[in-house]
Order: sequence, then structure tokens, then C-alpha cells
Amino acid sequence: MTLDDFTSACSALAAEAPARIAAADSLDAWTAVRNDLVGRTAGRLTAIMGTLGEIPKEDRRVAGQAANAVKVELERLLDERQAELATSRGAGPQIDGTMPSRVTWQGARHPVTLVVDEIIEIFRELGFTVALGPEAEHAWYNFGALNFPADHPAMDLHDTLYLGKDTVLRTHTSPVQVRTLQAYPPPVRVLIPGTVHRRDPFDASHAPAFAQVEGLVVDEGITFADLKATLSHFARRFFGAGTKTRFRPSYFPFTEPSAEMDVSCGVCGGSGCSVCKQSGWIEILGSGLVHPAVLESAGLDSTRFTGWAFGLGPGRTALARHGIPDIRILYDSDVRFLEQFSR
Amino acid sequence: MNISHSWLKAFVPHTLTPEQLRDLLTAHVATVEGLSRTRADLAPFVVARVVESEKIPDTKLSFNKVDDGTGTLLEVVCGAPNVTVGTIYPFARSGTLMPAGFTIEKKKIRGFTSNGMLCSARELGLGEEHDGILALDTDAAPGTPLLDVLPLSDVVLDVDVLPNRPDLLSHLGMAREVAALTGIAHRLPEELDTLAPVPTLAASGASEASVGGVTVRIEDLTGAPRYCAVVIRGVKVGPSPEWLVKRLEAVGSRSINNVVDATNYVLHGFGQPTHAFDLAKLSRQTVVVRRAKAGETLVTLDGAERKLTPEMLVIADADRAIAIAGVMGGRDSEVTDTTTDILLEVASFSAPLVRATRRALGMSSDASYRFERGIDDVATGEMSRLCAGLMARLAGATVESVISVGAAPAPRTAVSLDAARVSRLLGDSIPATETRALLTGIGFAMVEASAGVYAVTPPSWRHDVTRDVDLIEDVARLRGYDRLPDTLVGARPGTVPDHPLHVVSVRVRDALTAAGLLETKPLPYTRSDDDSLVRVDNPLANDEPFLRTSLVETLSRRAEYNLSRMQGNLRLFEVGTSFIKDGAALVREEIRVGALLMGLRRPVHFTEPQPPVFDAWDAKALAEVMARAAWPGARVALVNPEGEAAGALTPLWRVEVDGTRVGVVGQLILDAPAWAAATFGIELTLGEMSAAYVAAPGTHNYDAPRPAAAAGAPLRYVPLPVTPAADFDLALLVPDALAAAEVEAVIRDASGDMLERLVMFDEFRGTGVPAGKRSLAWRLTFRHPERTLRDKEIDGRRSQLLKTLEQKLNVVPRTA
Repeated sequence: MTLDDFTSACSALAAEAPARIAAADSLDAWTAVRNDLVGRTAGRLTAIMGTLGEIPKEDRRVAGQAANAVKVELERLLDERQAELATSRGAGPQIDGTMPSRVTWQGARHPVTLVVDEIIEIFRELGFTVALGPEAEHAWYNFGALNFPADHPAMDLHDTLYLGKDTVLRTHTSPVQVRTLQAYPPPVRVLIPGTVHRRDPFDASHAPAFAQVEGLVVDEGITFADLKATLSHFARRFFGAGTKTRFRPSYFPFTEPSAEMDVSCGVCGGSGCSVCKQSGWIEILGSGLVHPAVLESAGLDSTRFTGWAFGLGPGRTALARHGIPDIRILYDSDVRFLEQFSR
Repeated sequence: MNISHSWLKAFVPHTLTPEQLRDLLTAHVATVEGLSRTRADLAPFVVARVVESEKIPDTKLSFNKVDDGTGTLLEVVCGAPNVTVGTIYPFARSGTLMPAGFTIEKKKIRGFTSNGMLCSARELGLGEEHDGILALDTDAAPGTPLLDVLPLSDVVLDVDVLPNRPDLLSHLGMAREVAALTGIAHRLPEELDTLAPVPTLAASGASEASVGGVTVRIEDLTGAPRYCAVVIRGVKVGPSPEWLVKRLEAVGSRSINNVVDATNYVLHGFGQPTHAFDLAKLSRQTVVVRRAKAGETLVTLDGAERKLTPEMLVIADADRAIAIAGVMGGRDSEVTDTTTDILLEVASFSAPLVRATRRALGMSSDASYRFERGIDDVATGEMSRLCAGLMARLAGATVESVISVGAAPAPRTAVSLDAARVSRLLGDSIPATETRALLTGIGFAMVEASAGVYAVTPPSWRHDVTRDVDLIEDVARLRGYDRLPDTLVGARPGTVPDHPLHVVSVRVRDALTAAGLLETKPLPYTRSDDDSLVRVDNPLANDEPFLRTSLVETLSRRAEYNLSRMQGNLRLFEVGTSFIKDGAALVREEIRVGALLMGLRRPVHFTEPQPPVFDAWDAKALAEVMARAAWPGARVALVNPEGEAAGALTPLWRVEVDGTRVGVVGQLILDAPAWAAATFGIELTLGEMSAAYVAAPGTHNYDAPRPAAAAGAPLRYVPLPVTPAADFDLALLVPDALAAAEVEAVIRDASGDMLERLVMFDEFRGTGVPAGKRSLAWRLTFRHPERTLRDKEIDGRRSQLLKTLEQKLNVVPRTA
């Protein structure tokens, strides 16, 4: 055996090996290829190296280096391929990635809660906290304390469910205004979410129990400008930066001056469409400066303190926002409806 | 309130378009909900010129060529005798819907094609004239909409008048506001320029007066402070003139006859309800205003027989009631075609009394609507002159006499207004001169009482102004809310902490949605067979007149609703109010969370075609999740439910937090189809919502007891282990009667501090396990904080443990 024979045997093996290693498509095949190429007993490189003794002494060093280079290269290729096969777990069939993932049930907040939570979040940035009160309420908190004239047509706007002579299911969250002002000194900045009740038939646009969110600010020096500024800020945060607001006269016994706030219609941008009844505006909330009589109900000096308040129905907002045509859907609790709000 | 654009214009000669008027009123006065056009049915009609016309032989018909402005002459067959070439007529193109309800179609008549119809007045609903088509005297180009040529249409504004502003319930009331906003003075409409002359015969008295044989007496001066009767004789009842019919039609009031229409004109035009009696039908020509007698009845104009009570005020003649004061007249004394003499009532009735009366009778009318909100009581004299004058003119009659009974209304009380407070409340500098101009513009009288402080007297038609803020609202709205500044400025932080029940509710809700549950907000009403629930006194529907106590009961009904829609995989919850009947306080309220589980534990996946369904252990786990979310850091235990009442739910566990009961877990019995899976419910009470008075009315109590802050001590960090653990399994034969928790307690006790974890991982009954027992297997993990445990130590512990279990519980290991 000459040096040339030896090196050409090495080169032949080195030329043939990469394709065979690459062709090994499983760990078993890889083992077979490895044994054939570099196996300690039956490996071809082992056999070639076994002939090293037949090479003239002066050439052995060069021959040995050549064989060793091939060995290093083959082992590198084999290691790489083994790693590849190990990662792809090449044994068994390939997975079909288009098959569905293993999901779990997804929970969801109610769409009305989503609106309430978002409102609370926006007002929290402005330093508001959350106050609560009872649903079964003294008539005084629901009406008298809020400057409702006794036996007046203003009461017709609040068709009331009675639990007794002087106990009602609250018709609005405003009783909590007085409860809060009686318990905490100004400055007061609170949001009041809650369920309210009206003696309304349950139909596509009315429900006898529904959510309301109320806001109340009382301090020295609070003005109508604060009301406009805060509620306009809220509208831009809630409905989008380009939202315009409009305030128009209204009437609530517990605010004076009273104002209804509209926002520019998000569907047509104010040019008029069926959603805004061609007016370009959507009615959002009622508001006003807290009536001095309400402050006096809580024993506050109405010449010193002023305030403003607002109230809105998140149910209606949820209907408009999600395009829900019938308010009863919010109450039915059909899982196929509720699941639409999971994210 | 319907406001006619043209009627309003008769009061204020403004030049605003209906849209501009809408925006002006909405911004400064009251919201205009919508605009509608009267005779909108005529909108598709155009005017057209007849260009050629020839008779169709042996018929009354003509064949015409008509220019309707489209550029092509249309062939039209017409049956009218008066078709004249060159004349302009109303024209309905084919496809037009006629007022009578049919559509004009293109059709063949006697071999001639007809592409539309030239219209008569009657065909357009403009009267009975049908002798021929309606020739129009106009220069309008063919194709011009008919409504642009004939002033037939009016625009009606639907104004939302709120209870504090009854003065806006008339065209005069709106006109006052429009006049103030536009600077154009308002005046009486031209149609009232030539009223019948004022009578010379008059009588007045504090409670009774009579003249010309007619007597008026008020027996209840509180109920009727002022009653004015006008006697009109020689009436010829008949149809009203066109202008009056149109005025009333625009506001949705049907023309009846000239007498009744005159009263309705004054109602909608000036806001004064009046009533015309047939004088001949009044016994002894006498009118008495008195309380109804017990048992008295009256058939009202609408034909209903009304039972009257002494709480009600009536108008009576010498014998019996003839009208319910301020609400509705009686049928027996109503004006008919044969009426010749009339007694016209223009009165002022007590608002609360009219309200109580019409509520007791369960009825409402245009009159009662205005009386219960308050009318302009100073104007009754002028209104009686105006209404009688109009009625007499329309009916060709004579106003004979006026009888006024009662006192003149007391002058209005002035309200003190500090001009500086206007600026202080509105957040803008508003000069006193501007305030004065705005308020006097709508009828207020303003006198400076001291420097910067004014005595402001409201006009007689305003009943809503009693405090300075009421005046400030008028200043703000007349000036325009949109002109007030809206700069966001910083604020002092508030003193009110978050309500703890809000904090807890949010935490529980978040935990439940994270666990895959869906939040519901159902109606909190229920039905009940007994009286243990809180009942609503005046429920709208009688099927659910009670307030619910149990949230899982409400959820059960929602689950049944879902089952009826073939939805059986349910994971529902609600955070809501439970109403508990409480003797002393009537109602006690708890904020609770309820949850309901039914159906598949996981969605179907191809690796698990039939996932297991929810069972009691899922409910137990969820209860633990809920309780830990509500009371973080507290000791949560689900214990034997002994003593728990079975209601909507059959109890499986009582939930205790730090040893206190907070709720229950159990199985729910539903009205469910056979395919529905078992249903489990959890209901926990998060806290109580007090309804007690915080302080007496008109006071505050900053020291009042407040709800405790939500629980939640911060969690303590447990150092991570640095030594290896050792574990072994124990399979024990546990008698059915012995609770697993008791075995666990013994294991923990006998294992000492080094027991890190104890996990039950198997329950087995069957081969090798004696009857009456089960094999329960636990894995025990031990760890020494500082060193590695030796095998010998572990073996020793295991033997010790088995010995203790056998001694204390007679429990032995299961041998393989």
C-alpha cells in the first residue's frame, strides 16, 4: 500500500460520506451509517486506518494526518445529523401544524362590565375612587334628599318599584351622592356604579333593572367649566381623540344648571346618519352642577361648596358599541353571546 | 310637544330654517327630538304643463302630451273636462303612491298609453273639489316639486319639554324664547287681529258671581283659585276655516268643529286649557266648582263612566257633576251641532289636585298635563277674552258676558341673585349687565337691591325659579353652554377610599374570568310560593314580584334558558345583590358571588374527543379559587355542610374562611333535559351593604362607622430549598367511614416539620381491596433545610408512620 493508495481511499470515503449521513432519516439509520463509516469494529475508516502499518515509515505521519482529518470531519457531520434527528424526533410521522391547538374555556366579563370598568379606569386617572350604596333605599335618599318636589310630574320620569311606604328600589345611583357626602368631608371625587330599578316593561329597549354609573365632585371653587372640561376629556378618552362634545339644557331635580352631553356621532363623524337620527350627535349622559339643596341634605354649606355630577347608562353604551339590537340579550345570559366577549 | 314651524313664525317673524330653529332650541331651550313634514305624502308629486291635448272620440277622455321637466314629453290620458293646453297642473308620474293609497301605474286606455295622472284637488287630499284637475297659477318650471309651488306643507318640531318648563308647552312659550334668542319681538298671530268685541256685561266675586241669569260659584278656592266663565250666544257650530284646520293638524290635533277647535287653538297656541259647555244643558245655568260627592259618577267625553270620590274636584251644574276639573269634560254637556249657547271655562286649578285626580282615575289629557305642571295663572283673563273672541268670530256668535270668580294670583316672590355668583358657578366672567339683559329678555324683572345683588322676580308663567341657581341656569343656557369655558384644571385628591366591596368584587370577578367563567347580569327578580322573600309592592308583571335571595337560583334559571337553546356546556357567574327579608330594616342586602358549572370540563380536542364533565371536585376547586381571591391570605376550608339548608342547591360543602361561614358549594337541581350533565353551584357572601342612614337628613357624620377595608395582607416569601428532597409513596387501606382528611392529619402530625408536601394521587376499589374499604395513595416529600436526608432516615420515618397509622386509626398499608 502506498501513500497515494491510502490518501485516495481516505478521499473517496470523505467524498461519499456527507450524502449518506444526510440521507439518514432516523436515529436507527444514523446508527447504521455511523457504524459503517467510523464504527470501531466494522467501520470503513477504521479499516483504512488499520492499513497504516503497511505504509512506508517515512509516509506514515502524512497518511495518519490525512486519515485523522477525515475522521474529524465525519464525526462532525455525524454529530450535526444526530442533533438534527434528535430535535425533530424523526421517529414517527411529521405533525400536521394546521390541526387545532388544545384550548381551554375562555372566561369573559359581561359587556356592561367592560364599559363600567373602562369608565372607572378613565376617571381613576383623574383621582376618582369608587363608592357604593344599597339598592333597597330609603325614599328620602332616593327622592327627598335629591330635591325631588313631592308629588310632582318630575316623579313620572322615575317610575318606582316600592318595597314599602318609605322604601324603594333605588331608581338611580344618585342616592349614593348624599350617602357619600354625609360620610366624607370634601373634597369628594367619586364614581358610583350600581344597579338601579324602574317600573318599566321588559322589552327591546327597556329593562326593569339596569346598570348606571354616576360621578360626583364636590369641593370649594368647582364650576360648570370643570364639568364641561372633565366630561369632554372623558368623551375623548372613551370614544376617541377626535370626539366633539355638545352640552344642551336639561332638567334633573338634583342638578342646576342641568346639561345633557352629546358626542359627535362615531359612525358618520357628525354629518348625519341613521344611527344619530340625522343629527350628527349621540346622547351620552346627563349632568349638572350639584343643586344646593343636595349639598344641604348632607349638611354642607352650599354657599361655600359647589360640585358637579353626571350619570350614564353603560347598558345603552354597550348596545351601541357592539351593535346589539335588543337590550334583553344582555340579560338572557346565552353562553354563545357571553363567549363573544372573551379575550 | 309639537311645534308648528309656520305657527311659531306667526308669533315671531323669524327667518330661520326648520333645521336652524331645531339647533337653536336644542342648544338654548329644550331638545328638539325630530323634524317632520306634514303632507309628506305629497313629496313625490311635481307640476307639469300640458303641451298638446286632443279628445278621444266617443269618450269623456282626452289624450295629452305632458312636459314634466324630464326632457321627454309624456303621453297621458285624462278624464277631466278642463284640460287646457299651456296650463300647469299637479302631476303624478307612474309609480307615485296616491294619498288614497293606490299607486299610479303605466297602462293602456282605449289603445292609448298613459304614463301618469294629472290630479284634482280631491285626489291630492286637498278638499272635495273633483270637477276637474287642479289648475295651478304658477310660473314654476315643469318638474318642480308640488310642495314648492303650493304652501301645503308645514314642518313640525318634536320638542322634549321637561317637567320644570310647562311654560314651553305652547307656541307662545316657544316664541318668547325664540324672540329672546333672535332679538325679534314676538306678537299675536295675525289671525287674532279681528276678534269679536269684548262684552259690556261683566260680573266678578270672591267666590260667587252671576249676571244675565248665569251663576258661577267656587266652593273650593284652594282647588280652583280662579274661574272665568264667558257666555257666548247665537253660536252656529260648523267646520273651521282652512287656516285653523291646518294649525291644529300640524300639532296632531284633529279638527272637530269651530267651537272645539277654538279651545284647542288656545291650548296649543297659548298653553291655556279651556272647556266649552253647552249652556242649555246646564241645570239652572249654574256652574259650581266643588269636590265630587261620594258615589257620584260622570260619563266623560271619551265615553268612559268615571267613579268620583270626594278627593276629586269637579265642575257641576245645579244638580250634578258635568266635568272633572282640569282633566276632562262630560259627555252630557258637550257642544254638539245643535248647540246655540256656550259657557266657556277659562280657569286655574290646583296642580297637585289635578295630578291626584287624574292619577286616581288612571287618565291623562292635554289639559291635565298642563295643569299639573302649572299654567300662567295671571293670563286667564286675557285668555278668556282671546278664546271667546275667536270662538264668537268663527261661529258668528256674540260674547254676552264674562263672570270672574276668585282672587287675583299672589305676586311672585323675588329671588335674590348675587351677580358675582353667576361667574363663580359658571367659571367664566359674566358681567352683571349681560345677566340682566339675558334674564329680562325672557320676562324676569330685575332690581338691584344692594351693590351687585339683585332682586329678580320671575314672570307669571315660570314656576321653576325659586333659588339663585335657577336663574344662573337661565343665564348659562341663554348665553349658550357651548360658549362657557372647558379648561381641565388640577383637583385636590378626594377623601373617599374605594368601597371595599368594590375591591373584593373586582378581585373575584378577575379570578373567575381567568378560570374560564362567563359573567352574567340577569334580572334579580324571582317568583316564590311563600313569603320568605322580599316582595315588590307594585310589580309590573305579577309572575316575578319577588327580589331574589339566592344568586345560584337566578343562575339556574339562566342555565335552563341555555339548555332550552341546546347549550349544555355552561360556566356562569354573577357578582350581585342578595335581598334578605329582615324584620326591623325590611331588607338586608348582601353582595354575593354565585357560580354555576355544567357540562364539559374542557372543549373537545382531537386528542381528547370526549373530555370529562364537571364534577363536585371542580366545584370544590372553584370555590377555593373564589374564596382565596376574596380573602387573600386567609385560611379557606371546605367542610361538612351539616346544618346548611337545602334550597336551590343541595349542599356538598360549607365554605369557611378563618373559621367563619361565607357560603356553600352544592349540586343544583334544574328543570333539565336528559342529555344535560350534572350541575354544580357555589354561592359566597362577600359582604353586607348597609342601608342605614349615614346621618340624619340635613347633617353629616364624618365619624360614622365605615365598612372595613378589603382584606389582603401581603404574602410572605418562602426561601427556595438548597438541599435535595426525598420522597416515597404510601398506599393505605382506608375504611369508607374514615375521612381522608383525618388520615392526612395523622400523617402530617407523625411526619414532623420535614414533610414538605403531601399529595393524594390515587383512589382505588376492587381486586385486593376488602369490601368497605378503599385504597388511598399519597406521595410524601421530605426535605431537611440544611442537609441531605439519608436513606435510613427516610425508611425509619416510613416505618414509624405506618406504626402510628395502625395504632391511631387502625389503617394498614395495601400490600401488592
